[in-house]
Amino acid sequence: MEEKIEPRKKSENVYEIAKSGAMKVPAYVYASEKLLKKIREDKTLIQLKNVACLKGIIKHALAMPDAHEGYGFPIGGVAAFDMNDGIISPGGVGYDINCGVRLLRTNWDYNQILSKRKQLLEETFKEVPAGVGKGGITKLSKEVLMEVLKNGSEWAVENGYGTKEDLNRTEENGKMKAADPRNVSSRSLARGMPQLGTLGSGNHFLEIQKVDKIFDAEIAKRFGIDKEGQVTVMIHCGSRGLGHQLASDYIKLIEDKYGYANLPDRELVNAPINSDLGQQYYSGMCCAVNYAFANRQMIMHWTRDVFKKVMGTDSGMDLVYDVCHNIAKFEEHDVDGEKRKVCVHRKGATRSFGPGREEIPELYRNVGQPVLIPGSMGTASYLLVGTKEAEKLSWGSTAHGAGRVMSRHASIAKHSGEDVKRELEAQNIEVKSTSWNGLAEEAPDAYKDVDEVVRVSHSLGLGKMVARLVPIGVMKG
Amino acid sequence: MKYEFLEHTSDSKFRAYGKSFEECFSNAAEAMAKIMTDPEKVEGKLTKSVQVSGTDLKQLLYSFLEELLFLLDTQSFLLHKVSSMQIIPKGKGYFLSATLSGDSVDDKYHIETGIKAVTYMDMEVHENYVQVVVDI
Repeated sequence: MEEKIEPRKKSENVYEIAKSGAMKVPAYVYASEKLLKKIREDKTLIQLKNVACLKGIIKHALAMPDAHEGYGFPIGGVAAFDMNDGIISPGGVGYDINCGVRLLRTNWDYNQILSKRKQLLEETFKEVPAGVGKGGITKLSKEVLMEVLKNGSEWAVENGYGTKEDLNRTEENGKMKAADPRNVSSRSLARGMPQLGTLGSGNHFLEIQKVDKIFDAEIAKRFGIDKEGQVTVMIHCGSRGLGHQLASDYIKLIEDKYGYANLPDRELVNAPINSDLGQQYYSGMCCAVNYAFANRQMIMHWTRDVFKKVMGTDSGMDLVYDVCHNIAKFEEHDVDGEKRKVCVHRKGATRSFGPGREEIPELYRNVGQPVLIPGSMGTASYLLVGTKEAEKLSWGSTAHGAGRVMSRHASIAKHSGEDVKRELEAQNIEVKSTSWNGLAEEAPDAYKDVDEVVRVSHSLGLGKMVARLVPIGVMKG
Repeated sequence: MKYEFLEHTSDSKFRAYGKSFEECFSNAAEAMAKIMTDPEKVEGKLTKSVQVSGTDLKQLLYSFLEELLFLLDTQSFLLHKVSSMQIIPKGKGYFLSATLSGDSVDDKYHIETGIKAVTYMDMEVHENYVQVVVDI
């Protein structure tokens, strides 16, 4: 029999799993009653409780409003660990290291691109490789790949993909400095070589959107969002096979060195942060993070090219921001009134720093970090702003998306890809996908209600709503 | 029945059956391939030999299935079937060798879904069946 966990309502949208058994700290779920009902149906709460048992965890284990069952940590899981006696875990980051999202603004109004929408989507489909087993446009040598892993988006910009200003508008400036490619296996490199500059498949997408509603005009303006109807572009993808292999490699290495006999779940294997292996994983992970940054930077560059070709110009197509949602980082946080460096794991969670943090680019620093929460295919996405409240409640984190509620098989059984396409077109959303089943798997009703997820984030203050974006054209990998 | 798919919210979960570890592991490979494209429709033009080791049977299965993802990403190899397999004890763990037949990714094969990684989530290894969840 599986253990039944009964979280206790502590306040509006906050549910507590009190410390018991091997738990070192309590766990909290930030969700509404409606979201919690779904969360209770799978293993999310057991996985969250398991996280609370890990060595060196500080204060609490957290589940964001979009949490669902993962492997090891739940998706939507956030936890911080002590730098001296805490751990780092590949299962706390996930297989798709630095899966993330970037948002581009444009000067166009929806009505100006409507007649060219189909062409924009078709050209994008040609320029940006997507799907399974499809290599990239660029054939990389091992030497070049090493540069990508060391320098991330900086490599991309130096090689003609985008501008220096893009770097300012990327989390970590698109480059994690601890990246040392010597900590990446040859198998991981081999998988990374053909795939740079590819979207991949699954829930990854490139979306042309319009601003549907602005909630905070002043902050929206600061983020480059001026009016309702304005066209934006969102890109969602990660570190591809390189990151997946790196995660697998280190799970094996850590398991062989430290074992898993004392762990409730084999996917929770971990190494002390200050051990050689812990440091090697962190540095290798940084390489995968950089690869994903470069990947999104290249895809954005080609998107600009497509708009330039079809619309005659790419002027005004500025990057708003690029956020990671699968990552471990060393960050300074307030712990019981004391400033401390801790190792924050965000697995399916977005950093949401409030005003003043030096990690935020100067142009946004006095309002807070832009936070991007993509919906599922065909539903709204949100632009939020990070808060001081999030720094108090969630190690400066909030949700990362809608989160699935229906299995892929149930979704395919319920929908055909053709139906999904027709339904989206009836809502005036143009779709292009590499696979019909892929479309059916990603049907909008297979996901939690993103509006509800964002509403909870907003009302708890984990990330405040700035604007709502709706898709008008979707390219699905 | 060689394998069946089970319900899982976000990923893909399957059970593969057989009369030995070898048969279960081989069917697990075909089940995983089925998530991407039907292995029965893939031609068996190319052969690959695979050798992996594991400290226990779960790690052995994890590593073997991961090899298929590696071959797809690095050599565009799509599985038709596992034509021979042997699992033997080695040191404190196990060693697996297998021959795979299949074909290169080509427009004639329609690939439905990509797989990111094999996981240990809910993994079970028995002599008559194995259970695996893969991250999609």
